Amino acid sequence: MIGPSSSHTAGAARIGRVARDIFGRQPKWARVHLYGSFAETYKGHSTDVAIIGGLLDYDTFDERIKTSFEEAEKLGMTFEFIPETASVEHPNTARIVIGDERSEMSMMGISIGGGKIEITELNGFPLRLSGNHPAILVVHDDRSGCIANVANCLYKYDINIGHMEVSRKEKGDMALMVIEVDQNVDKEVLEELTALPNITQVTRIAD
Amino acid sequence: MEPLFRNVKELVARAEAEDKLISEIMIEQEMLITDRSREDIMKQMERNLTVMEEAVEKGLKGVHSVSGLTGGDAVLLQAYIETGNSLSGDLLLDAVSKAVATNEVNAAMGTICATPTAGSAGVVPGTLFAVQNKLKPTREQMIRYLFTSGAFGFVVANNASISGAEGGCQAEVGSAAGMAAAAIVEMAGGTPQQSSEAFAITLKNMLGLVCDPVAGLVEVPCVKRNAMGAANSVVAADMALAGVTSRIPCDEVISAMYEIGKSMPSALRETAKGGLAATPTGKWLEAKIFGGAVVGSGQ
Repeated sequence: MIGPSSSHTAGAARIGRVARDIFGRQPKWARVHLYGSFAETYKGHSTDVAIIGGLLDYDTFDERIKTSFEEAEKLGMTFEFIPETASVEHPNTARIVIGDERSEMSMMGISIGGGKIEITELNGFPLRLSGNHPAILVVHDDRSGCIANVANCLYKYDINIGHMEVSRKEKGDMALMVIEVDQNVDKEVLEELTALPNITQVTRIAD
Repeated sequence: MEPLFRNVKELVARAEAEDKLISEIMIEQEMLITDRSREDIMKQMERNLTVMEEAVEKGLKGVHSVSGLTGGDAVLLQAYIETGNSLSGDLLLDAVSKAVATNEVNAAMGTICATPTAGSAGVVPGTLFAVQNKLKPTREQMIRYLFTSGAFGFVVANNASISGAEGGCQAEVGSAAGMAAAAIVEMAGGTPQQSSEAFAITLKNMLGLVCDPVAGLVEVPCVKRNAMGAANSVVAADMALAGVTSRIPCDEVISAMYEIGKSMPSALRETAKGGLAATPTGKWLEAKIFGGAVVGSGQ
């Protein structure tokens, strides 16, 4: 990975990249709220540069992370960083709000050391995504059969579910499935999941 | 999936019962957890080894960070070793210089391998490439060194923490130094139990170490803490190989580290608000580097 800090640089880049993954395309703007140690030391650790690198879809080994601000500018992405003083459960917490003319999204992530991260919130849905296993996030309409269809599809590809959570905002509204699996999931499976009825979006987080 | 071991006691017990090296148990565990072949896992670890070699090579040629706070010390140390006047011994200083080299590259935003973190990335490769000259390991043994380190890092990360923001520097460089000590013991032909003793002896002597980076940069005192972490691990490995044991078992030392980390005030956990960061010179350096710069914004 690119230094100088696995939690403040590499972990931050991963949080940014997961946000970008979930958003599904290059955001036009980003507003990043930093908490705890992130808020105090983000300049020294290049946490800001790393998060933008992640939002540009760079992995933690990508040398372009160093010049991500310039790259973002070239793509016309605007961004701002807001150090917060509110106390949070974990010392390395970032809330990333990104969007474009079509939609916006908010995601909270924590960096737990050695470059490992956890996503704790997505668009107001609390999550407990460990980051220790590959995972699939499925945004869907709260309709009967959705969960069964997704589970059946995974079964077809012999993908075992290790942990699964389902949450929704309101009955019949938008819902979210978080599925931790035992192996990384191929693109083919993601495409098939996306084609299922009432599924809005499917994202994977690789191990 | 249940791992093959959850703590050091189980790791050592399994290695002894099956008459295997700790590195072998770790390789088997990786195969089990990730469902990948041995060849695949060894190849991936070899790539890490290559990243480490390249970082040390780059650092020994001399690098400097953007802030100007760190860089060039690895070169000074190598030149000093060449004079033949070193008091602490060539192997020890070689480990120190190569640990410094790695962290100088890290501070300059170069590519490194986190072992277990980027801020503590110097200790494991620094010691590896120093003991290499004496023990003449095969390429496979060098890869195994990283698996032995990894087995201990796995235990710490899952039972305590390897994050400076959570547990202070003891969780980062302390863990890294323990991991290196355990791996040196295995490479030198010591037993799994001796690896565990070496880890315990090392971490015991880094307990309480706070994370207080000047200006929030992973430079001062991080680079030199890696240097001393490397020295600590070589000495602890020698002690364990000599038959010295730790009165407090390894897993309990790890628990103690975790508890100490939890009771550390936030000012000493990577917030750059206490310790060396809060000294007059630390504050002066921070002002010099960042000046009155406003919060970064692309808008």
